[in-house]
Amino acid sequence: MTVIVKKTTQLIAGMVFMYGIYVIIHGHLTPGGGFAGGVILAGSFILLILAFGSDFVKLMKEETGSTLYENLAILIVLLLALSGLLLGTRIFFMNWMPKGTLGQLVSAGMLPLYNIFVGIEVAASILTIFLALVIFKEEMKE
Amino acid sequence: MIAYWMCFILFLVGLYGAITRRNLIKIAISLSIMEFSTFLFFAMIGYIDEGVAPIVDPADPVKVYVDPLPQALVLTAIVIGLATTAMLMAVIIRIYRKYGTFDIREIKNLRG
Amino acid sequence: MEIAIAIIAGLMIIGALYAIHAKDLLSAVIACGIVGYGLVICFLLLKAPDLAIVQIVVETITLIIMVAVVLDSSREEKFSKPDPQGYVSMILSALIIGVLLYFFIISVSSLDEFGKSTLRMSGPYIEGATEKTGSANLVTGVVFDFRGYDTLGEATVLVTAVLGVLTILRIKGKK
Repeated sequence: MTVIVKKTTQLIAGMVFMYGIYVIIHGHLTPGGGFAGGVILAGSFILLILAFGSDFVKLMKEETGSTLYENLAILIVLLLALSGLLLGTRIFFMNWMPKGTLGQLVSAGMLPLYNIFVGIEVAASILTIFLALVIFKEEMKE
Repeated sequence: MIAYWMCFILFLVGLYGAITRRNLIKIAISLSIMEFSTFLFFAMIGYIDEGVAPIVDPADPVKVYVDPLPQALVLTAIVIGLATTAMLMAVIIRIYRKYGTFDIREIKNLRG
Repeated sequence: MEIAIAIIAGLMIIGALYAIHAKDLLSAVIACGIVGYGLVICFLLLKAPDLAIVQIVVETITLIIMVAVVLDSSREEKFSKPDPQGYVSMILSALIIGVLLYFFIISVSSLDEFGKSTLRMSGPYIEGATEKTGSANLVTGVVFDFRGYDTLGEATVLVTAVLGVLTILRIKGKK
């Protein structure tokens, strides 16, 4: 790709990443939430991969990182869901933290925590799928 | 009622494409079109005239909201649709590398 | 509102008809994008902003994957005369469309009018949402608190799909 595309992508990918994190964290106040923010995060990484070409060794290291993040995130979601069974009230998947006032950033119990970890999991899943396709195409060319 | 009929005709177009086409990419596109028609149908069921989007404003809490339950169902379904389409594309790439064609009749004759 | 959605759905039908009859595969994939982006406009008209955000990014990613698959192959569909198996599949599709049309005509008369949904099932969800969950976004409250099992199942489906893709695209004898 030419220099213009590479420089523009470097500037824009950072802003898209920040927008994805904003949509995840404000999931209980404005439209968005875990799934929408997660796919926007994955979009910013896919933009970087498309613009800078595919160096095979670097992509293999990237793939081990993204599978690690995805599995850790879904493990933490399960642990948060089980914590309703062990602590607090004895009901699986219960929202047991204090609710706070409506409309503040720190409110709604465990909902922001669920949003963050489901967002990381969705982003890592879509990135892993895309990386697997790109690595297959690169290996088949040789 | 005419909006429901349009949704159903889109589903029938996708179904016709999935049964009668011979090219693997066309079959994948037809399955994707069938999924989009069901998303549209679900989102249309919960709509209320003169309703607002389901976000509660703390200063003005009493309003008529659009139904949030079908929107929650479609939200999950869209991401699952992406995962299914990506897996179908992975299978199609593998078939093309092995047989060299996208046509299902030729693959059936070539098998082995 | 109903006329606007019917017009955009009509444009989506025209795009879908072109997508399954095009001879060039790249044109067919781009015409599949018409259906996806028209759906985004329909979601915005139906007052569902969450769905519009998810659908626009997911449609872009799907188009990127499909174009990457189509570009390094021979890019056209070979037409030939329909053999006897082609005639059988056309008759079969006409039969299935007839049966589905009959059932749809029976059941569409029992749906509510467009825009006058009676909210039979969502009454308790909307009234009790702000006290029981404490979130201002009703859809997030329903997805993560009232219906948390569905979210857990969806995360499992995503992990399984990633496992499937990694297994299919593995090169033998890498070490």
